[in-house]
Amino acid sequence: MIYLDNNATTKIDEHVLEAMMPYFQEEYANPSSIYGFSKKASDAIKEARGVIKDFINAKDEKEIIFTSCGSESANTAIKGVLTYNKSQKHIITTKVEHPCVLNLYQTLEKQGYKVDYIGVNSDGDLDLEELEAKITADTALVSVMWANNETGVIFPIKKISEIIKSKNKETKFFVDAVQAAGKIPIDVQENGIDLLGISGHKFHAPKGIGALYVNSKTLITPLIVGGHQERGKRAGTENVPYIAGLAKAAELAQDGLKYEATEVKRLRDKLESNLLKNIYNSRLNTGVSNRVPNTTNIGFEYVEGELILLHMSDLGICASSGSACTSGSLEPSHVLRAMNVPFTAIHGSIRFSLSKYTTEKEIDYVTEKMPEIIQKITAISPYQDELAELKKHKIANGRY
Amino acid sequence: MWDYSEKVIEHYRNPKNVGKIDDADAVGKAGSLACGDQLKIYLKIKDNIVTDAKFQTFGCGSAVASSSILTEMIIGKSIEEVKKITNKDIAEQLGGLPPEKMHCSVMGYEALEDALKTWNNDNEALSDLKKPEKIVCTCFEVTENQIWDAIKQNGLKTIEEVTNYTKAGGACGKCKGIIQDIINTYQAKEQDAQKLSPTQKILKINNIIETQISPELQKDGGDINLVDIKDNKVYVKLHGKCSTCKNATLTIKRFVEQTLKTAMDEDIEVIEA
Repeated sequence: MIYLDNNATTKIDEHVLEAMMPYFQEEYANPSSIYGFSKKASDAIKEARGVIKDFINAKDEKEIIFTSCGSESANTAIKGVLTYNKSQKHIITTKVEHPCVLNLYQTLEKQGYKVDYIGVNSDGDLDLEELEAKITADTALVSVMWANNETGVIFPIKKISEIIKSKNKETKFFVDAVQAAGKIPIDVQENGIDLLGISGHKFHAPKGIGALYVNSKTLITPLIVGGHQERGKRAGTENVPYIAGLAKAAELAQDGLKYEATEVKRLRDKLESNLLKNIYNSRLNTGVSNRVPNTTNIGFEYVEGELILLHMSDLGICASSGSACTSGSLEPSHVLRAMNVPFTAIHGSIRFSLSKYTTEKEIDYVTEKMPEIIQKITAISPYQDELAELKKHKIANGRY
Repeated sequence: MWDYSEKVIEHYRNPKNVGKIDDADAVGKAGSLACGDQLKIYLKIKDNIVTDAKFQTFGCGSAVASSSILTEMIIGKSIEEVKKITNKDIAEQLGGLPPEKMHCSVMGYEALEDALKTWNNDNEALSDLKKPEKIVCTCFEVTENQIWDAIKQNGLKTIEEVTNYTKAGGACGKCKGIIQDIINTYQAKEQDAQKLSPTQKILKINNIIETQISPELQKDGGDINLVDIKDNKVYVKLHGKCSTCKNATLTIKRFVEQTLKTAMDEDIEVIEA
């Protein structure tokens, strides 16, 4: 099996699993208890908080809240800010956010909030002028993802934060860093971020654990109300083994950033350039630079993505598609539509996302097999005339 | 992960009858690139028998499987037999499809219907009688007739089911109100047809013939009148140009019978007296 779907989820690192194990059957105490038995559990949480603080370069451990996932982090941040300060009713976000954020904003619109969705260009880059123009005195929150899950495109977080603060100092800035964590360095102070969400299972921690950074100047109303855990910001007995696992994964990810930027990127670039060269009806759906090192999104024209994935799956290769058919919804990816990817390619778009576990041998195998798969599916397409024209054009331009 | 049947997997892995027939006697098309799936079907027809069929499909696994099995289902069959095939038959032959994928079987049915419609000139003349189709879902260009047919053939009861079978309402969702109206109208009509007394039924059929069918035939210099009704058999007589027209049987079956079926009851059979 060749797993190139690491933006969906990742394999748990063995060191992470090892770090979690003691807290299931040995040190299983509730960290809030007062007896000595609970000390190891409460120490584990304290230590983990310190590790996550360093991982994102927060100023204070108290700014870290453990959550159950990226969606909870986003919901806590967004609803938390808006509920705490009920007077402002305007939010700015982007057209390419993750559904967990977009669907929340659609719900908030029904509750009377005004939401502006900022567009992107065909490379996937955000329209910063439009963003700047939309910020008003009534803007409570600007909410932007750091890296896009489908394309890997990185938004200029520092620049966005400067724009926000120059227009309205009261406006809060939430960054969904779920796809950035573990792939590129994260520094909340340097980038002027008020709130930031991450999710463990995207960087080799298990599913079911995330974290939210809320800086000391930002006040939120908690989403989950109950006990006093997480300084009253998130009730519920702490998930000790998973918190320990998240911290271990963050530590390893921090150490592995250089490997991501060099080796993972090299393999990604190799796969990408070979597929674009060897398959005439292929196109890169993004700009070349300005992406996280592990992701490429390639559109195969006049063929459909689910069928590509099924044929890949027959060979044991896992990836994702922006096609409508894979999701059960009937529309293709909202991200690729916002980028105006042509209809000829949008339904046949495949996202390959690598990890530190991806090997050269795997990339070579996928490079060898993809042209065969695409050729097989292209042969049954009703668009043979268009395909012949495309091939002629590519050859004429020396790109095939 | 979709729960595809063995049959679906077999057909998308190794589709049968892929390709184009250059001298096809009938070509049918359904879907579009924008919508994410398109099917073209090519038929060779000799002595009223489909002697060969090929397809080209842009679409997902179940779209390819639906196309592939459809060609197998129709090769060697008479036109009369082929006409009876519905999307339900395609799905059944595949050992079932996930609910969200039923629209793939509908696409197969629509391409086949499209091919038969253009098969010969006789049929083309008839299709002129049809009113222009009203588009309900602009995102996926789904017409009122397509939704109506899907409801009728598959006994659909909810908007979600209509979306699964036709895609209508699956994108912006603005047409969901209209889809509900169509479902309501269909259900009301079904109940109506069941409740009518024999006299009411005669009056209603006569009324439809006089107000909907006769005026259309008059445009072509012909006419029609009701002779008798026995159970679900409606006996009619054609007049004027219609009585000598070589397409008379088709007119009765495709236009008169279809109009009465849509307005009244699926089981109505129209016979020339």
